[in-house]
Formats: sequence, structure tokens, C-alpha cells
Amino acid sequence: MDFDLRFPIGILFTAYGAILTVFGAVSNGSEIYKKSLGDNINLQWGILLLVFGVFMLTLAIRARRKKP
Amino acid sequence: MNTNTINLTALDYSILGIYILVVIGIGFVLKRHMKSASDFLLSRGTIPVWVTGLAFLSANLGAQEVIGMAASGAKYGLMTSQFYWLGAIPAMIFLAVFMMPFYYGSRARSVPEYLALRFDEKTRGLNAAAFAVMTVASSGASLHALAALLHLLLGWNYNVSLIATSIVVLAYVLKGGLSSAIYTEVLQFFLIVLGFAPLVIIGLNDLGGWSGMMSKLPETYAHSWKYVDTTNNPMGVEWFALVFGLGFVLSFGYWCTDFLVIQRAMAAKNMGDARRTPIIAAVPKMLFPFIVIVPGMIALALMEKAGSGYTIPNGVTGETDYNLVIPSLIAHYLPTGLLGLAMTALMASFMSGMAGNVTAFNTVWTYDIYQSYIASGKSDSHYMWMAKFATVGGIIISIGFAYVAKNVDNIMDFLQLVFGFVNAPVFATFLLGMFWKRATGHGAFFGLLCGTMAAIIFHGISSPMPLTAGETVPWIKGAWLGAHITYTSSMAQNFWLAIVAWSVCFVMTIVISLFTKRIRTDEELKGLVYTLTPKIKEANEPVWVRPAFLGVIVLAAAVILNIIFW
Repeated sequence: MDFDLRFPIGILFTAYGAILTVFGAVSNGSEIYKKSLGDNINLQWGILLLVFGVFMLTLAIRARRKKP
Repeated sequence: MNTNTINLTALDYSILGIYILVVIGIGFVLKRHMKSASDFLLSRGTIPVWVTGLAFLSANLGAQEVIGMAASGAKYGLMTSQFYWLGAIPAMIFLAVFMMPFYYGSRARSVPEYLALRFDEKTRGLNAAAFAVMTVASSGASLHALAALLHLLLGWNYNVSLIATSIVVLAYVLKGGLSSAIYTEVLQFFLIVLGFAPLVIIGLNDLGGWSGMMSKLPETYAHSWKYVDTTNNPMGVEWFALVFGLGFVLSFGYWCTDFLVIQRAMAAKNMGDARRTPIIAAVPKMLFPFIVIVPGMIALALMEKAGSGYTIPNGVTGETDYNLVIPSLIAHYLPTGLLGLAMTALMASFMSGMAGNVTAFNTVWTYDIYQSYIASGKSDSHYMWMAKFATVGGIIISIGFAYVAKNVDNIMDFLQLVFGFVNAPVFATFLLGMFWKRATGHGAFFGLLCGTMAAIIFHGISSPMPLTAGETVPWIKGAWLGAHITYTSSMAQNFWLAIVAWSVCFVMTIVISLFTKRIRTDEELKGLVYTLTPKIKEANEPVWVRPAFLGVIVLAAAVILNIIFW
């Protein structure tokens, strides 16, 4: 089967990461972060998800390039 | 907790929406690979080992597991890790090293079919029927729990949540079959880890780290083993019941014989990968207590923290409902955004739990019941049709079970009790079947029945708590034939029940086998019994990827974790 799960994982988490990073940046300093002890957890965790998602996508694309 | 305690914003909904689009998308992409009934039901030889490994783990990691383990974390503390380090890892390694060769290496397409080849049709029929009922019932239970939770937390309509969830699961399972279920389970694995980790990180930060949390908890909560056998023992179990009942009978009975998890390993590309599947699963399994048990401990410690304003909410009965630990912590700590991610993770694990049960059900139904007893010798396209029909049917029956669970009090407790009776002895049958060629079909079948009977009787004569004269417990908890044996917790009673059922089945299978004739020749049992199967040639694999070598390393790591959190 030529299905590579790293693509959907990569797409999902790149999307989540991008959304949370952008929202985190826009909402920086907002009241909503009182809950998370004042940390802008959306921005921090968003960047981490983005890195993970892009890493998975990179692996999947590299694997596809190797194959003819 | 009142209704509507969690308010999702458009941001949170879009996070949920993206997940649903991706899983249904996976189903559609996989559809073109589904050319035969076996593609749809078995996915044999097609799935990479890191995927089967993580799916093996996630198939067991339904939302009820996540929610239940957090509840136990709040009730018992770190001793709950026994369900992982003692109650899972050794069994997973045993399956990988010793038992997988007989599942993957034989012609069997399912666990019940292994019993048919090794013993006879009646043993298969018994196992298949029990398994089929069990999978749709747990799928229904999972569906009900999800809809009830969404209603409680988000104020969603119960019926709409139930039907909408079923349609999503149906959409991707019907398109991509077992492959769909396996791939989405892995997606769910990453969602659970990445969605719940912030909860643990923020929670521990809030409490002043691990030691800060522990300073607010009873000393017994910090240890896995130290308080076993003392009067301070949170679970009320002694070491023999723990090691033999949980660590051997229940754990091996589940991990080494339950088709739901073994089906994942059987989809691997080759024998080596099939055997490495449970070992790969064991690595994250070992670390899962930190994601699912620690939140329970955080919740309890947080209640002790001055000014936190947090309590574990009450359920519908008005008593503290420990099952609400995870949702209430999500509401307490996570702002919109991460809130959507965590809620999506929770819903994803309910859905993939349901998909897992449905894909195991349709296989056992199609091959072990329909093809074996109703219509054999039909064309592959006929069985493909039946498999899809069984998928739809399985989901409809699950919905039915969900409504039964909603409307009949205690029905799920009762079913769990019955499944417990049926499952407790089953590992004895497989152990003797695989390692003793003299075990016969009559021995296996009647041994199993005796074991189940022993479990029922034991339940009738034992009580989960000491009773004074005239005092009774509800019959569902036991002692309906009188409280002749008493324990200090229902867990201890349950472990002993398993020990008794297993021992009776083990002894009776041997006795009956010795008095009955073998109907299978040595030639027929080749590939099914240890002593009659040629050793697997592993010479072409380097030592460090061989299952036995990896298994020893993982076991050593589990021992180290036990020592650290002694």
C-alpha cells in the first residue's frame, strides 16, 4: 500500500500548530491566559505542534522523493 | 458540575472539524485499496510496524481507559501504575516473543479461528460468540459515555451527539475498513499525547512540580509497591492477588488473547514486524501513567491547594464523580484553542475506541460466524458485501446498546460482570493450546465452561467488603450465595475471582484432555503448537531488532520504573 500516514499526521498538526500559533500571537496578554497561570500556552504549544507537523511532512516528502 | 461548564468557541469547533475532515479523508484515500474482503477485514501484510505498534496501544486506549485511569489516579495514586508496569508490559512481551508466531504464522485470520484450527468448532463458536457480543456492547458503552459527557459538559443534545459520532465512525470504517481504523488510532494516539500533555505540564507547574504535588497528597500515593500488604494499602489488595491475579491471569488473558489488539499485529508486513508490534506498543504504554494517571493526582492535590477554587465535580448522583477528573481539569486550565485540542483528543479516543470494536466485530462475525456456520463457500465479493453489512449492523447494534445503557440502570455493570466471568479463564485455554500438544477440543471447551462456572460461583460466595450479621451487598457486587469469603475491596475480589477461574480452567482442561482422544494429528498441529512448530529463522535479522532481545530491554526498563516509583 502506498499510503503514508506521516502525510495526514503532518497535515493535521501543521494546521493545528499554525492555527494555535496565530491565535496565540493575536491574543497575547489576554484575560483567557489567567487559567493557564499567565502563560500564553496557545502560542508555546502551537509552535511545538507546528514543528512536529512540519517534521512529519518533511519525512513523508523525503520518503516519496526517494521512490521513483 | 452544571451543564454547559465548558464553552467552546468557533476556534475550538474548527479544531474538531479539521480532525473529522482528516479521518474521513483517510477513509476515502484508503477506499481504492479495498479490493477484497480480506483487504477490508484484515489488511494483512500492508501496514508498517510503527503504525501497527502504536495502533496496538491505542486500540486499548479508548476514552474510558483514559478517563478511568485518571479516576483511579485520584482514588489510589501511583499504585494505579500497576495496571501498566505489572498488568500490561510483561504480557505484551510474552505475546511478542512466544505467542505471536502461532497467530501470525498459522492460517488463522482471527483469534477464534486459531481455536478452530487448534481445537475444534465448538471452542471457536464459544469464543467467537462471546467476543462478538462483547465488542458491540463495549462499542455501545463507549458511545453512551461520549454522548452523556458531551451533554453534561457542552450541553449538546444526547441523541444528536450519539448519531453524529456514529456517522463519522461509519463513514471512515465503511470506506477504509480495518486500515482506516488502524490509521486513525495512530492519529488519536498523537492527539491524546499532544492534547493532554499541556494539562500535566500546567498542573505540575501550578502545584510546584512533582514534589509540590506530592506534599499535598497522602504518602501512599507516591508509591507503586511500597504499601501493598499494609493496612494503608489504597487498593486493598495483597501482593499475591496483585501479581498472580492482575499481573498474570487478567493481564495475559487480555493482551495475549483479545482479538481487538492482536488484529492490529496481524496486519503487519511480516512475522518479525508482527512480533515487534506489541514491543513497540510497550514503550509508550510504559510512559502513559504520566499522561493518564498523574492528572488524577494533580486534581486531588489541587483540591488541597489554598485558593485554587477547584474541586472534583459531583456526578448526577450528587457524589464526587472521579470520572470527571479529566474534563474538569481541561475546563480549569486550558484556554480556548488548547481547550478545543484537548476536547478533540477526548472525542477522538471515544470514536477510535468504537471503530476498533466495530472492525474486530465485523471480522469475527464475517469469518468466524457467518462463513463458518451460516454460509460457507461463497465468493469473495459476497463476503465483502457481508463485511460491509456487518460494519453497518455493528454500528446500529452499538447504538441500540447505548440506549439500553442509558435507560437500564446497572446494565453495563452487569455485562462487564458477565464478560469478566467469560474472560477470566480464557488464558488457560490458550496457554495449554499453544504449549501442550495433548490438550484436546473437548478439554478446551469444557475446561472453559468449568472456569466460567467457577467464576460465577465464586462471585456468589464472595463479598468485596467485610459484612456484619444481617448486612448485605447488592447482588451485582457478589455474595448472593452468602458472604463466605470477604475482601476489603472489589478489586481484590475481582483479582481472586480471576485466579480461581483460571486455575479451575487450567486443571479441568488438563484432566478432561487426558480422558479424551486427540482428533488433531501432529501434522495438523504444525504451526499451532510450540513443540511441533519449526523454530523461526531469525539469522537474517541483526540481533538488536530480534523480538526476544527488544523484549528483554523493554522489560528491564519496566523493572527500572518499578524501582524508581517503588
